[in-house]
Amino acid sequence: MRRLAHSTRVTGGWGDHLFRLLIRAAALILLVIVLGLVIVMIRAAFPSIRAFGWSFLFTSRWDPVAEKFGALPLIYGTIVSSVLALLIAVPLGIGAAVYLSEVAPPWISPPISFLIELLAAVPSVVYGLWGIFILAPWLRTQVQPALGATLGFLPLFQGPPYGVGMLAAGLILAIMVVPFIIAVSREVLLAVPNAQREAALALGATRWETTRLAVLRYARSGLMGAVLLGLGRSLGETMAVTMVIGNRPEISASLFAPGYTMASMIANEFAEATSDLYLSALIEVGLLLFVVTVIVNALARLLVWSVGGAVKAVRE
Amino acid sequence: MKARVRRGINAVMEWLTAMSALVVVLPLILILVFLVYQGASALNLDFFIHLPKPVGEPGGGMANAIVGTLILIGLASCLGLPLGILGGVYLAESRDRRLPWVIRFLADVLNGVPSIVIGIFAYTVVVLPLRRFSALAGGFALAVIMLPIVLRTTEELVRLVPASLREAALALGIPEWKVILRVVLPTARAGIITGVMVSIARIAGETAPLLFTAFGNRFWHQGLLQPIAALPLQIFAYAIAPYDDWHRQAWAGALVLIVMIFSSSLIARIVTKGRYSGVR
Amino acid sequence: MADGILVKQLNAWFGALHVLRDIDLTIAPGAVTAIIGPSGCGKSTFIRCLNRMHEVVPEARAQGQVLLNGEDLYGPRVDPVQVRRRVGMVFQKPNPFPTMSVFDNVAAGLRLDGVRNHALLDEAVEHALHQAALWGEVKDVLGKSGASLSGGQQQRLCIARALAVRPEVLLMDEPCSALDPIATAKIEELIVQLKKALTIVIVTHNMQQAARVSEATAFFLLGELVEFDKTTRIFTNPSDRRTEDYITGRFG
Repeated sequence: MRRLAHSTRVTGGWGDHLFRLLIRAAALILLVIVLGLVIVMIRAAFPSIRAFGWSFLFTSRWDPVAEKFGALPLIYGTIVSSVLALLIAVPLGIGAAVYLSEVAPPWISPPISFLIELLAAVPSVVYGLWGIFILAPWLRTQVQPALGATLGFLPLFQGPPYGVGMLAAGLILAIMVVPFIIAVSREVLLAVPNAQREAALALGATRWETTRLAVLRYARSGLMGAVLLGLGRSLGETMAVTMVIGNRPEISASLFAPGYTMASMIANEFAEATSDLYLSALIEVGLLLFVVTVIVNALARLLVWSVGGAVKAVRE
Repeated sequence: MKARVRRGINAVMEWLTAMSALVVVLPLILILVFLVYQGASALNLDFFIHLPKPVGEPGGGMANAIVGTLILIGLASCLGLPLGILGGVYLAESRDRRLPWVIRFLADVLNGVPSIVIGIFAYTVVVLPLRRFSALAGGFALAVIMLPIVLRTTEELVRLVPASLREAALALGIPEWKVILRVVLPTARAGIITGVMVSIARIAGETAPLLFTAFGNRFWHQGLLQPIAALPLQIFAYAIAPYDDWHRQAWAGALVLIVMIFSSSLIARIVTKGRYSGVR
Repeated sequence: MADGILVKQLNAWFGALHVLRDIDLTIAPGAVTAIIGPSGCGKSTFIRCLNRMHEVVPEARAQGQVLLNGEDLYGPRVDPVQVRRRVGMVFQKPNPFPTMSVFDNVAAGLRLDGVRNHALLDEAVEHALHQAALWGEVKDVLGKSGASLSGGQQQRLCIARALAVRPEVLLMDEPCSALDPIATAKIEELIVQLKKALTIVIVTHNMQQAARVSEATAFFLLGELVEFDKTTRIFTNPSDRRTEDYITGRFG
């Protein structure tokens, strides 16, 4: 081995050296980009951080004219819409993943998985388009009146049915993250060794008992990772949410009411931010979003890696 | 008795998982159906060859936006692909332990960063210094998004090239860099093309990072330092506008965009020939 | 008293591949029957047919009769899940549930049956661990993960897990192939103890092991049963030339 290395140095010495430098530099650029991103964002957000301090996180007045900025309604809207989305998407997504990897006959799984993979590639703006013209009108005319009539005693389902609003945002997010949760969960489930399934089956477990006893328990941290990856996605999801959430920085108990998320606030107002402080406040919102998604994603990756084999699916 | 109950629970749970698969697939199919139905009825030749008409005048197309999206993809590829592929080779070939680990981790972090945040980054480092929205800024933002995908795919595929092949070439006295460029990368070519197509499919539909970088433009592109139209931006602008005619064009644009994206995903899939892997 | 198994005209396939051909065999109750043969001869498939585990592999199917105490396990109204309660199985590599404690591993089968009574579970788990000769080693670490034990202990844990549901037959698919000689000796000792209570069928590639633990031995080759006889006879005076070639090490 050493002789080999030596001989290559004789023939291609400086060529190899240069090439090594080149590929190393290419890789280092990624480091520069990430560090640059962090530094640039912190610097640009600094005026706002200095002006508002912690009150930025805990006050709800967003007033560009008076240059008073509090991001609480955005934080609230981001969390509520994402939690709503996960409440819908997680049971369905994991259920579907279990169906595809454990229950479905072998011929049915590949075409459905293929369809789901394709749908994961549909861009956000197209989901948004569908949300505006199909989902929101359907919510306004059918779902919300029905919910209001039956569950209207809950504050969650009170108020006029606009169609657009928190409910629409949660639903569209659920539809968008579901293919993703299925894809990652399926990889996680496929990474469960068959010996585990056989152990349960040989004990006289039914298929569902095998899934519960041997598969889901074994894969639970990986599935948790899949859920967190889904959360990371929905927190940062921009276009579709912007198109259906109603874009009003208010906190309301009702899911029918319009809201705002951090990402959609940036999307709507960034290009029109007239003053430096306004721009800085928007960048601080972006910084906040960045920090939260990095934490969520890092956690998710650790969890999915712990199951192993699913690393490939986590790439996104 | 007990066995019957257990069989019953089993049947119910299996049915529930099948139902969740169905419930999940249903809206997704609905979206595709509406897209094709609404989009196809608004598509015509004009859409592909004309500029958008001003408000109130019917007709017109999104020719400039289609071209703009292709230019942005080209720009992003010029910046992102060489860096991604070379960096991927580094990750696969390096004998260091620490730096590749850091780069790998950061690539995964960058992949999870919301694209709108990447847009802010591109705004501060390209738009602000140049004092204008530009195609260049949009291309830069998209390049940052595609970089980690290409990097990690390349790494994975270069790793799959058997060491024996590499050693055989090295034993012939060929310098390592030539071995990598002439033997390793061509061997991994199909996989790398897949990675490239997947990353293109991903950036083609990105809207958020273009809002305040490429910005959009109602006319043909006027150089890399001017704002440029993009299909996703145009779809967004038309969808939230109050005109029926624009809504129809938004659907048509979405259909064209989806066809572009699906074909690059399909190419990726055909190149890898039935190798099933997770969504990237 | 344990029941014997009568196998009649058993055939098995993987897709189009015919891996077992017309097997007829009588497995004596309360004894150890060894299945030997070169790899790929169908011996694992054969015992997986005895508790209907063969069919859990996609595209795999089996046909024929397997009579346990006179009842056909492949009968039209038989639930494979119930079959596996009566015919337990231990696999090549130890496969305890890593997310469960030692105790929960052993109790898993009983809990599936709806046993919730603590006293009952405690007693059954202790009994099964005693039977698997593991109680002494794990009685103080019952709450630890099943995956924290050594390889040999894990395999005995898997035996205890199978025994806890009180099967009539225990199938062992090369149970020692992943273990060191000391752990192997312990398992062999255990097998000799266990046959007092149940019928045991063991697949092994180790002919000394077959000779040490079994009363009867079946030699499989290319999906067919070549010879089946008392173990002593198979190893001293086989009637088929191919058996002789195999046990004298001329192939395989």
